[in-house]
Amino acid sequence: MAIQRLTSFNGSVEYVASPELIGAVDVAIALGKPLLIKGEPGTGKTMLAQSIAESLGKRLIIWSIKSTTKAQDGLYVYDVVQRLYDSQFNSGGVDDIGKYIKLGRLGDAFCDEKQTVLLIDEIDKADLEFPNDLLWELDKMEFYIPETKQTISAKTRPIVIITSNAEKELPDAFLRRCIFHYIEFPDKDLMERIVLAHYPDVERHLLGQVIEAFYQIRDLSVLQKKPSTSELLDWISALVIGGISPDRIISEVPYAGVLLKKTEDMAVLESHIGSQARG
Amino acid sequence: MFINFFYRLRACGVATSLNEWLMLMDALEKGFARTSMTEFYNLCRSMLVKSERDFDKFDNAFLMCFGDMETVEGGLSEDLLRWLDKPKPKDCDTKPRDIERNAALTRERIEEMFEERLKEQKEEHNGGTYWIGTGGGSPFGNDGEGEIGIRVGGKTNLRRAFRVASEHKYRDFREDEILSIRQFQMAFRSLRQFSSRIAVPKTELDIDETIRKTCGNAGRLEVVFGKPRKNTVKLLLLMDTGGSMDYYSGLCATLFQSVIKANHFRDLKIYYFHNCIRHDLYTTPIIGPKYRVATQWVLNNLNSDFKVLIVGDALMDTDELVKDSVSAGKNQMSGLKWLRILKRKYPSLAWVNPENLPSGVIRYKNWGESYDIIRKEVDMYSLTVEGLRDAIKHLLSSDGHPMMKRAV
Repeated sequence: MAIQRLTSFNGSVEYVASPELIGAVDVAIALGKPLLIKGEPGTGKTMLAQSIAESLGKRLIIWSIKSTTKAQDGLYVYDVVQRLYDSQFNSGGVDDIGKYIKLGRLGDAFCDEKQTVLLIDEIDKADLEFPNDLLWELDKMEFYIPETKQTISAKTRPIVIITSNAEKELPDAFLRRCIFHYIEFPDKDLMERIVLAHYPDVERHLLGQVIEAFYQIRDLSVLQKKPSTSELLDWISALVIGGISPDRIISEVPYAGVLLKKTEDMAVLESHIGSQARG
Repeated sequence: MFINFFYRLRACGVATSLNEWLMLMDALEKGFARTSMTEFYNLCRSMLVKSERDFDKFDNAFLMCFGDMETVEGGLSEDLLRWLDKPKPKDCDTKPRDIERNAALTRERIEEMFEERLKEQKEEHNGGTYWIGTGGGSPFGNDGEGEIGIRVGGKTNLRRAFRVASEHKYRDFREDEILSIRQFQMAFRSLRQFSSRIAVPKTELDIDETIRKTCGNAGRLEVVFGKPRKNTVKLLLLMDTGGSMDYYSGLCATLFQSVIKANHFRDLKIYYFHNCIRHDLYTTPIIGPKYRVATQWVLNNLNSDFKVLIVGDALMDTDELVKDSVSAGKNQMSGLKWLRILKRKYPSLAWVNPENLPSGVIRYKNWGESYDIIRKEVDMYSLTVEGLRDAIKHLLSSDGHPMMKRAV
């Protein structure tokens, strides 16, 4: 058996990954198991798959899960109605059922000649039973199409990345088959690297002030929705475009609407700024 | 290899299985994490633990198996950890002789001494060479100058695996609950009544009608679509909050989360009350005039086809339940009367109770009397997976016929 080459995934220019995450990705790829990623919204769960595909030079297939998505949709769809219509008007090829079988995202990933990166995004959005319906397919990396008596099996096992926002609990049987990694909220140092990866030209003084203010706001215990990394990045570009002087950032928190999305949270921030000014 | 660790994990409540264990062995064989303890720790965690909630349990088990250097029988008191977290500036001078003496101690001796100090020490210490504290030259504590010893609490600079584990970073995620959200969610799934008489786009293929029409067309296909069947259940959730209910806040939060996440209800309304439903309800768990809604308003606006689920411990002063009161110059009906009004308006109504009092027990004064009164009045179920299932069965079966009732 050929031993799979250990990957060279180290994060990418745009994506800064912690050593633990890189380790988890390596293990998942080497063992051919799906990697389940959880973490606060905005910590870059979806970005991870893109970054892996980019740095390994593989095709990325994204299967975005919605509340109505069925497991079958990812495998294949048999377009019965089209076939019926075609048979009415005697257009050619009705006998060939294969013509009416359309592969889903998972099927696509299996059929690709080269190894692909398959992102199953926000798996928790789907029905409670959804993950259970994919157990066999993800385990054996194959499925059977009864209509054509055909088995689709993966030519090379795709690298499967699954993200979850923990909106629903996932079934144990499914979890048992995954490698799990929880992306923690980055600390100040890592956050600085992440910001620099996105905005290499940002002024050092501004960056320090922004990060200071950002973590102060996150530490306000009563916030209903804490601002995330992606909101911080938006905020920085707003501050840069607005030409705000770095010294005003901590004391005034300009453009706070980019960070906080709830009126209650804004009120909390205002009273916090007020008490700072007085103290 | 490390099989003890596997059993230790399971004993600590991490539900890891043989599959995952073999997977880990596979990974170790492939050469992951052979060089560093931290990598080994990360590897084990990513393979054996499947929820951030279990990270803390994993940390404990990991420490017990591999980190005997830093576990202390009986645990460290919160006070001690707090003192150590805030080191004072090093302004005291420690005697180099004592530091030297401490440096000559053996590992075993240090552990013994540490246990002794743990028993003796009652206050914060910073500096010095004897007590556990910050700075100073004793072999215990952190930020000190002692060359060897036990590091206790504080921020770590050297990210060694044991240190990471002993920090209990994931304690917040722990959730030692008997009931998981998933179990509750599964129970709420059964709270469904399907109907196609709702205004939604026609997206579902109606096979029977398609066949009929196609035959009518002498075989030329005509596809007919119908409206998909949707859940028609409307749920009104009334939750007791504050006071004696605080004890059950975790359980109620689980119930609440699973109701919110069920999102298959046609309509869902949630209100809060304190002890018993009276003339006012509240839109948030914080009972305050700002969030007040008149109960009568709710009754007027929500039709009888709402199913009502009340969550509360039904424990209050008996007078509070049965006696009318005067407030704002008006005579206000008692909680019991309101409960009867609710029952009349909403034929399917159930009460789930986190408290489980056996009946006929001698109680302190009249404490608990309200429980019996309410139980006689409405169908009460315990807040467990079983109880919730029964309550939902009751809600579905006691459908009532609001139309007929109204006519009476």
